[in-house]
Amino acid sequence: MEKWPNNKAWFLVLPAFIIVAFSGIIPLMTVVNYSIQDIFGPGEAVFVGTEWFKEMLGNHRLHDALWRQFMFSGLVLLIEIPLGILIALAMPKRGWGVSASLVILALPLVIPWNVIGTIWIIFTRPDIGLFGVGINSLDLLEVPFDHTAKPIYAWITLLAMEVWHWTPLVALLAYAGLRAIPEAYFQAAKIDGASAWATFLYIQLPKMRGVLTIAVLLRWMDSFLIYAEPFALTGGGPGNTTTFLSIYLVKLATMQFDLGPAAAFSLIYFLIVLLFSFAFYQALLNVGRGEKA
Amino acid sequence: MARIELNEIAHSYHPNPADESDYALKRIQYVWEDGGAYALLGPSGCGKTTLLNIISGLLIPTRGKVLYDGIDVTGLPPEKRNIAQVFQFPVLYDTMSVFNNLAFPLRNRGVESGEVDRRVREVADILDLTPYLNKRAEGLAADAKQKISLGRGLVRSDVAAILFDEPLTVIDPHLKWNLRRKLKDIHEQLKLTFIYVTHDQVEALTFADKVVVMYEGEIVQIGSPQDLFDNPEHTFVGYFIGSPGMNFLDCTLEGNVARCNGARIPLDDGVAAKGRNAQGKIELGIRPIHLQVSSVAVDGGVPANVKMVEDQGSYRLVNLTLDGKTLRARVPESEPIPEDQAWLVFPLEWTRLFADGRLIK
Repeated sequence: MEKWPNNKAWFLVLPAFIIVAFSGIIPLMTVVNYSIQDIFGPGEAVFVGTEWFKEMLGNHRLHDALWRQFMFSGLVLLIEIPLGILIALAMPKRGWGVSASLVILALPLVIPWNVIGTIWIIFTRPDIGLFGVGINSLDLLEVPFDHTAKPIYAWITLLAMEVWHWTPLVALLAYAGLRAIPEAYFQAAKIDGASAWATFLYIQLPKMRGVLTIAVLLRWMDSFLIYAEPFALTGGGPGNTTTFLSIYLVKLATMQFDLGPAAAFSLIYFLIVLLFSFAFYQALLNVGRGEKA
Repeated sequence: MARIELNEIAHSYHPNPADESDYALKRIQYVWEDGGAYALLGPSGCGKTTLLNIISGLLIPTRGKVLYDGIDVTGLPPEKRNIAQVFQFPVLYDTMSVFNNLAFPLRNRGVESGEVDRRVREVADILDLTPYLNKRAEGLAADAKQKISLGRGLVRSDVAAILFDEPLTVIDPHLKWNLRRKLKDIHEQLKLTFIYVTHDQVEALTFADKVVVMYEGEIVQIGSPQDLFDNPEHTFVGYFIGSPGMNFLDCTLEGNVARCNGARIPLDDGVAAKGRNAQGKIELGIRPIHLQVSSVAVDGGVPANVKMVEDQGSYRLVNLTLDGKTLRARVPESEPIPEDQAWLVFPLEWTRLFADGRLIK
């Protein structure tokens, strides 16, 4: 390879490098630093190696939070992705309905997380909330609906909040994917006598592969990192039933001030997100490929 | 097998078409005979794709009827008609193998698997796709993909007509020729009705027995390639077919002579007589290949100036001006070309008159 006589161009990368360093690398390294030391006070740190990691991997409260987290993210994906696709399929393709439905869909996306929490708390309150009062007046439930009353109620409220907030994103992505399919594909499918289901399975779904990959990754990461909603709703309760990983982590780090274990936990958390994102990406990239007759 | 009849078809994309100009297709009346190879030729926006979609059932015409073998199918959707269509760019089911792509139309119609297998292999053999049957369709080259699109039509035993909507647009030039040959072979082998839409006259003329020329929503002429070249019935056909197109001059008639500004061009007696009776704007037309260029004054010759000579390899194209109008003549390489002053001869048998765009005959 030919060498450039002047390498000063590297300096142009410097601003970007500094920004990335301060926003990513240095904080991450700080966490790594905490995770392998026991810090008693300024200047009083003891190197402990992998002790925090071992402790955290054996921590039952972390295990519980992790399973809760998987359950939650799994449910989120199972509801949001098919629902988003259904909404996208049902959306109008031309006329004023397009703009109208796009604006309506985008509304939940522009509302801040904490506001969403407040909206839903008020909406589901058993004394003044439309939903809470409404469902309790039907007198169907053994225990009257109140998101602090039973774990299942808290979960339903959280899932409803999350689905209401983020399904529009999936729908918008899926809609963009659908609109990008040339009309000739549908005409060919008609001529080939394909049913609506076959058209969906062999044309629309494969053509949405790219946007759905993005949707799954975004919703996976975001729901796995969920914090504001359960914090606003019950702060992790009732009991520990909505204590997800990030809620537990924040408790550990800022309330109990166990920085070492919290740092080790953060790194494990980070690796789990990374690993699963990679797995989803690979799976979605390759699903339905290499099919043989 | 079917004979496709278009009965007074008109189509407008407006919901309430008011006048003639709202119509993309104006009164089309035509019969596509069973087993013919037709080309539908015209510039972009002339309505040829609209017409094709009406034949295939993707569009329901505003007015008129489509008959297959005398049976009215105007309201029937495409899957209920025994036609297939090949689109401008290859339409494939990406996640399926080539085999499954070809089998798809049969499986949708509930054909049993032994028959599916037999038909698919037969068609793959005709299209030289056998080695790819187990490959996934997505990774293949554009020409193979387009053959798969065609194959999905051929595989149906009931298919009567295959419609092509500019199928070679995305194919590399050197593969175009092969694929065109293949289409012609398949037509001869299977005797299906082929209707081929294109704006490329070379494609149309090499592929079809009969070329249907469309212009602004109307069929202006139907004929063999030779007919279109020798006897264009409309100035558009004269201009569109041939490379370059026909020369046209506005003129008035004085006895047996056409006066184009200062120039006097002698005409055939019969043509001139009919021309004198015709209404509307009169134009004189002659093909560049028929226009003779002479470097010396000749009897009946019209003086003109040579402006430019384009050497096309096998012939030369001479641009001349005649009273400010540019004319083109196609001259063999062997013939001399005058430097500046030239005399043009318009042979009587090749000089045509048009009234308001239509041939006077």
